[in-house]
Amino acid sequence: MALLDIDNLHARIGGDHGKEILKGLSLTVNPGEVHAIMGPNGSGKSTLSYILAGKDDYEVTDGAVTFDGENLLDMEIDERAAKGVFLAFQYPIEVPGVATMTFLRAALNAQRKKRGEAEVSTPDFLRLVKERAGHLGINQDMLRRGVNVGFSGGEKKRAEILQMAILQPKLCILDETDSGLDIDALKVVSEGVNALRSPDRAMIVITHYQRLLNHIVPDFVHVMNKGRIVRSGGKELALELEANGYAEYQQDAA
Amino acid sequence: MPAVQETVDQVRSIDVDQYKYGFFTDIESEKAPKGLSEDTVRFISAKKDEPEWMLEWRLEAFRRWQTMREPDWARVSYPPINYQDLYYYSAPKRPSQLSIDDIDPEILATYEKLGIPLRERDALLGIASGGTKVAVDAVFDSVSVATTFKEELSKAGVIFMPISEAIREHPELVKKYLGSVVPVTDNYFATLNSAVFSDGSFVYVPKGVRCPMELSTYFRINERNTGQFERTLIIADEGAYVSYLEGCTAPQRDENQLHAAVVELVALADAEIKYSTVQNWYPGDKDGKGGIFNFVTKRGDCRGDRSKISWTQVETGSAITWKYPSCILRGDNSQGEFYSIAISNGRQQVDSGTKMIHLGKNTSSRIISKGIAAGRSDNTYRGLVSAHRKATGARNFTNCDSLLIGDKCGAHTVPYIESKNSSAQFEHEATTSKISDDQLFYCRQRGLDPEEATALIVNGFVKDVLQQLPMEFAVEAQKLISVSLEGSVG
Repeated sequence: MALLDIDNLHARIGGDHGKEILKGLSLTVNPGEVHAIMGPNGSGKSTLSYILAGKDDYEVTDGAVTFDGENLLDMEIDERAAKGVFLAFQYPIEVPGVATMTFLRAALNAQRKKRGEAEVSTPDFLRLVKERAGHLGINQDMLRRGVNVGFSGGEKKRAEILQMAILQPKLCILDETDSGLDIDALKVVSEGVNALRSPDRAMIVITHYQRLLNHIVPDFVHVMNKGRIVRSGGKELALELEANGYAEYQQDAA
Repeated sequence: MPAVQETVDQVRSIDVDQYKYGFFTDIESEKAPKGLSEDTVRFISAKKDEPEWMLEWRLEAFRRWQTMREPDWARVSYPPINYQDLYYYSAPKRPSQLSIDDIDPEILATYEKLGIPLRERDALLGIASGGTKVAVDAVFDSVSVATTFKEELSKAGVIFMPISEAIREHPELVKKYLGSVVPVTDNYFATLNSAVFSDGSFVYVPKGVRCPMELSTYFRINERNTGQFERTLIIADEGAYVSYLEGCTAPQRDENQLHAAVVELVALADAEIKYSTVQNWYPGDKDGKGGIFNFVTKRGDCRGDRSKISWTQVETGSAITWKYPSCILRGDNSQGEFYSIAISNGRQQVDSGTKMIHLGKNTSSRIISKGIAAGRSDNTYRGLVSAHRKATGARNFTNCDSLLIGDKCGAHTVPYIESKNSSAQFEHEATTSKISDDQLFYCRQRGLDPEEATALIVNGFVKDVLQQLPMEFAVEAQKLISVSLEGSVG
């Protein structure tokens, strides 16, 4: 069974006269697969990630999204998270005064509670964080600081991957995780993501640039334009896009 | 952090009625006739078996009060208070303060329900299970019903007793200090309090003594149509230290109840007083019906050199809060601090802040205020920092942050800064923010439901102040914050 099945999804930004951004998008993602979604600015890539996460500002007008056999669109934001949908934000949000460590634990326990699981014990939690944080080069000082407060661009993205590593979602959506990263940081983040690849976990990697895909090698590449997937292929498609740009697709759709 | 989890659990365990202290204890009580006149003042004074000088002091205050007008400068609005329609004295009929066994069992049960053990035996049980020792003075309506650990404290030379008792037993101390920080003529509500105060706590910590335990007063208004006018006087003699906690609750009633307290703190040379309040009076229902009018005057006098007074308050209750715990920095090198979390929800109105009056040389003060407004409430920070001509080297740092939850509430900041000495350095920082949809979305995407997410964000916002509270109080305060904000996000 597919983990995620998006069928003919139409969506607009909030309100009756909101602009339609997704215009019949379909995509099937199976466990273990990594799908890259590429496309020019304004093609609807980030909107897709927000709609999957359940952000309030968007309205689905047609189509269906099934996640693990259930209607994803019926679920609250936090319910989706507990079912295993994780969104790594392009611009992670600051939560002043709440230590990263506290936030991680609150999130993990909230999800476990919703799934009817026991809270994680303090020693187990500390061990888990220490191990995962170490791989991502996140030190104790960063864990004590407020969530994303005063973090550099690279630190914010590493912190997102740490959250993903602690929460162990079924579906990871990475929204332009490469933006604002230098080569070294890109490598650390990619290694963190690759370490989470597993046969029961799927990923949707949204990016403008092929360079991220040198590090996180996808099984499938999709080109998105004007709210639809206009072409799909293997990882070689990304190289082709890098060479030729998106101009061809923009004309096609117009 | 387990405390956050506790906050979240607490929120979950609460039913529709958020205010869990809203019960009423049915006991026989003895009241003064309704209304306020010289006779009422005489009645109270006679009930307390007061010396003549005290009665005169009260009567002078009463005469003065009759010439005064209720202040109207605060950003609060309420229907006129009919001062003749209130009871100014209400006491449980059974005698008290003799021994614990004389206290009406109903009252003991009430405090137990509030989580305040009045039997030292029970209090000690709490300590055995990991708590710290806290001596309690319990004030029920107009009288103090019990004071625990009195003997142990007196071994250290610390006097901790109801003020009505102190007037009889330690008149020289009371005469010297009562009204020396908040003069009888200070303001409308303080003057009213001076005329009719019925009880409260008195603390004297002698020279060089570090009070061996936390002291605390627990105020409970029980009777209908009864005003509570307590008076607290704390004196830390040279080099002494005391930490004092104050808690308050009231039954849920449709009509408003008046609470007009006066608290005076005196710190002599090298002394330190830390005063913490968790104010949880009944705030009224969601439409603004009922609730306590909390018009309180709190002031500390750093009378001696190098003395220090620190106010920490968590304000979650009351329909109206009008209170400005202040410090007079009289002694050279003295320090004043004010840490405040003021939360308003529903139709609550808060106008609170502090005054730091720098008189001595090299005095310093610090103000950290966190206002949180939700529902349809209004939350105002009003503060004054002033340096006298002779206050060379005065320093102040003020940080006022406001957080708005929802779009029907208001946060206001009214800081006054006056400096008559060119060497004074005053810094003021203020921010107003809203729990953003982005923050909520981010937290919820990680699995927190809207209330858990709000509690977490708010706890982060108030962290600097919570850290100032004694440990157990901090946990209590954290719970209270979440409860107060329940239902504030849609």
